[in-house]
Amino acid sequence: MTLDVAGITKRFGPLEVLKGVDLSVAQGNVVAILGPSGSGKTTLLRCLNFLERADGGSLTFDGERFDLAHMSRKDILRLRRKTAFVFQSYNLFLNKTALENVTEGLVTARKMNKADAVVKAERALERVGMLDRKDHYPVQLSGGQQQRVAIARALATDPEIIYFDEPTSALDPELIGEVLAVMRKLAEDGQTQLVVTHEMNFARNVSTKVVFMEDGAVVEEGPSQGFFENPREERVKAFLQTMERTP
Amino acid sequence: MNGRLLGILADSFPKILIPGLTRTIPLTAISFSLAMVIAVAVALAQFAGVRGLKQVCRFYIWVIRGTPLLVQLFVVFYGLPHVGVVIEPFTAAIFVFSINEGAYSAEIIRAALESVPVGQLEAGYCVGMSYPQIIRRIVLPQALRTAFPALGNSLIAMLKDTSLVSVVTVTEMMMATKQLNAIYYEPLALYLETAFIYLMFCTVLTKLQSWGERKLSVYERREAAA
Repeated sequence: MTLDVAGITKRFGPLEVLKGVDLSVAQGNVVAILGPSGSGKTTLLRCLNFLERADGGSLTFDGERFDLAHMSRKDILRLRRKTAFVFQSYNLFLNKTALENVTEGLVTARKMNKADAVVKAERALERVGMLDRKDHYPVQLSGGQQQRVAIARALATDPEIIYFDEPTSALDPELIGEVLAVMRKLAEDGQTQLVVTHEMNFARNVSTKVVFMEDGAVVEEGPSQGFFENPREERVKAFLQTMERTP
Repeated sequence: MNGRLLGILADSFPKILIPGLTRTIPLTAISFSLAMVIAVAVALAQFAGVRGLKQVCRFYIWVIRGTPLLVQLFVVFYGLPHVGVVIEPFTAAIFVFSINEGAYSAEIIRAALESVPVGQLEAGYCVGMSYPQIIRRIVLPQALRTAFPALGNSLIAMLKDTSLVSVVTVTEMMMATKQLNAIYYEPLALYLETAFIYLMFCTVLTKLQSWGERKLSVYERREAAA
């Protein structure tokens, strides 16, 4: 799997949120997108999964090229079924148990038979350490547990890439660790991930590549090794210093 | 209370109750069921923003909510035959009640659909579901849970409103009571007796409503089932 994005643009009214962003993610890589609030990180991720429609740019997925401004509904559905998305606010289906949350995409969207889907879902829940809570509804789980179920829901569909949109930002500090641990384990298993995050340690230690965005554009990118030690751009330096100072 | 009055009450009780069971209840049940079909369709057409249909739905709701139920009954029962459309009274009543309740319930369900967090829809997209699948499996079940208490209210109100159809010659409880009163002339006792039977019917509905709410709220309880 390779993902290549070129020249992606997006505006909300007069506001130009993405000003031609290029990005590539290779098989098995974990790419972290860093940057201050309002830099367009989340919008970029949402455009890649068509939760927002980009105004321009192209996306090459597994060698197949798509024009982001002119996507057919069929292509959108097809691409979404190869990818998965983890939200900042989890967005588990509130009327479904943890297990049903995971089987839903298999049974309803992919027409897998129920018994196979349950086996697969239970395996995914086990990987995130949530199998013992499979019959709980989202409201009965902590934020960290809900996010782990959300990751299981993403995993169960065997996505070629998982997009994470600030997966720990809504969590209480003591719950962040359990979610990051799961993501680190996925990375070790070779799961390709594109992660918008404010977790500097995760970006430094788990990700293979770091992309720094500001004001709708990529300011600097490079292998995570070295990125934190020797950022080239002053803006990146300043941002990293601020982040290091906040606990 | 004297013996004559007791005799009248005892004699009239089944004569009021039976039209209640054969007219009031079926009229309410059938009309409300049809109203739900109309309401879900009208609410979804607006929620999904189906072009053209949305305006039609708004027009329908505007007209129905802006005119009295009694006037609507008269238009269908007395007005339409004047231009050659004759509908049997009970059918006419079902027609008017379904259309009327459909408009009110459509608004209740539309509001409930809009109260479902947009993240639920987005999560559905991200696991590869299509819009109709998400509506059917995720959004509508949650919306109906939210709408349930308000719909229960409407059902109870409708059961009582069926007394209006006595004026279009359907022999339901109210009509039956009027006829009995013409024989015995005991308006206070007889109308109180009818009120009591309505109260019983509504009590059953209230019980059903709270049972239904408990059933539906299973995913809202903070403590997990053992």
